[in-house]
Amino acid sequence: MKTNGPLALIFHTLFVIFILAPLAIVCVVAFTDKGYLSLPTDGASLRWFRAILENPDFIDSFWISLYLALGAATIALAIAIPASLAVVRYRFPGREGLTAFFLSPLMIPHVVLGVAFLRFFTEIGLTGTMLGLTFTHVIIVMPYALRLVLAAASGLDRDAERAAQSLGASAFTVFRRITLPLILPGVAGGWVLAFITSFDEVTMTVFVASPSTTTLPVRMYNHIAQTIDPLLASISTVLIVITVILMVVLDRIYGLDKILIGKG
Amino acid sequence: MSRGSAAKGWIPPYLLSAPALVLYLAMLGVPMLLTFVLSFNAYDFNQGILPSYSLDNYIEIVTDSYFHEIFARTFGLALLVTVICALIGAPEAYVLSRMHNPWRSFFLVVILGPLLISVIVRTLGWALLIGGSGVISSTLQSIGVIDEPFQLMFTFTGMTIALVHVLVPFMVIAVWASLQKLDPAVEDAGLSLGASQFTVLRRIVLPQVMPGVLSGSMIVFALTASAFATPAIIGGRRLKVVATTAYDEFLNTLNWPLGAAIAVVLLIANIVIIASYNRFIERKYAQVFG
Repeated sequence: MKTNGPLALIFHTLFVIFILAPLAIVCVVAFTDKGYLSLPTDGASLRWFRAILENPDFIDSFWISLYLALGAATIALAIAIPASLAVVRYRFPGREGLTAFFLSPLMIPHVVLGVAFLRFFTEIGLTGTMLGLTFTHVIIVMPYALRLVLAAASGLDRDAERAAQSLGASAFTVFRRITLPLILPGVAGGWVLAFITSFDEVTMTVFVASPSTTTLPVRMYNHIAQTIDPLLASISTVLIVITVILMVVLDRIYGLDKILIGKG
Repeated sequence: MSRGSAAKGWIPPYLLSAPALVLYLAMLGVPMLLTFVLSFNAYDFNQGILPSYSLDNYIEIVTDSYFHEIFARTFGLALLVTVICALIGAPEAYVLSRMHNPWRSFFLVVILGPLLISVIVRTLGWALLIGGSGVISSTLQSIGVIDEPFQLMFTFTGMTIALVHVLVPFMVIAVWASLQKLDPAVEDAGLSLGASQFTVLRRIVLPQVMPGVLSGSMIVFALTASAFATPAIIGGRRLKVVATTAYDEFLNTLNWPLGAAIAVVLLIANIVIIASYNRFIERKYAQVFG
């Protein structure tokens, strides 16, 4: 096994500082006791965390983002599971094309999707509805969910299913009692990844969000466009903490490196 | 067994994928088609979108120097960010691959984890660091390195730094994946035959991770070219890129047909770049890895 030389370790340290510095500074500035952006040089204060509670707009947006991500991730998984099983288990005309089509939102810039959804919604009168917004997010998170479920389903040993079948279990029972539990790590990992992707999405959502469906990242973006104050830092700190907790959960159920590197 | 015994039925796979297919056709196929049609419509300041069809929007994009500047800035930015990501991301992936667990897993999560944190939060961090009253500027001032506060907000350099930060994890992932296929014995063989560490890197490691660097470059380039939030926040109103221009046409100027045409051009440019990159990589590495 090789080791890294001192030069490599210096480079590595600088790289990690580069990666963590912007996140660290957000968390530090959040504790400032000043009314403006500054480091908490005269002692830490929680005033900007209390300020979050005094801004119901941000709280409302947090709940909108949460429900949106819950809904989008769940619907995406509900359609990704049967689609994955179809693609993995059957050879049928259009199979490759179908997979490419289901993964295609990854290739389309989110700003283009935003433009397309805005045009679509004004045509059919779904503008500014939570329902419409949820389905746009399903399209965005579906490829992430699909990839993990596909990986789980293609590595599946079919013998247990055949045994259940031969013992007289119905197709649905086989799915519920055998298949689903076996692909559950992929399903759960896909769901969490879909949830995070939906919760963080801003570029597409900024086009279709209305005042009543402004998600948290969109509200933060609109706020930054006006002014950058410590309130944004304290909200971001809360988001960083929540994301780190989710990362630990994801690591336990699926393995974070597997999800991030994309080899299921 | 499980692969070979794949069922040949016709109806079940279509039924199973029907929910996803219907949703995709309704929510992706139709909106994209509508946008494509919209891009050929005309726009009138008083009457709004006119149901006439012409190539005027595309001609405007191709001939107007205003758009030339925006497209040139966007693709220049994408190229610069891609090169920097390759230059720092690839060595970092190599350093990571030579670490021992638990450090390796730990730093892999530290470096890739930010991908899961909102791009708004990460960009905010850079705004706090590089702004005129930002931490870097005031620190350098207080220790006397500089006299005047320096400002990287609303500059091309600032945009580049922030985008490298946002996208470099993708490069690390791609290079990391190709390093996994690298046989460490080949490196040892090179060293034992008297090659210097540098020669081993250049002649053995680099050629083998090039596919990873190239696929990482493609991802970083495509994502930079279509990035919105980071250029909008760090670049501001003056340093427009393609994505922020489409946004302005749609939500400020309200010239939707022109905005749609910009979006279509961005999409086509994206697809052309990804497709030609794939062709290039396939041709270049077909003999080696085929």
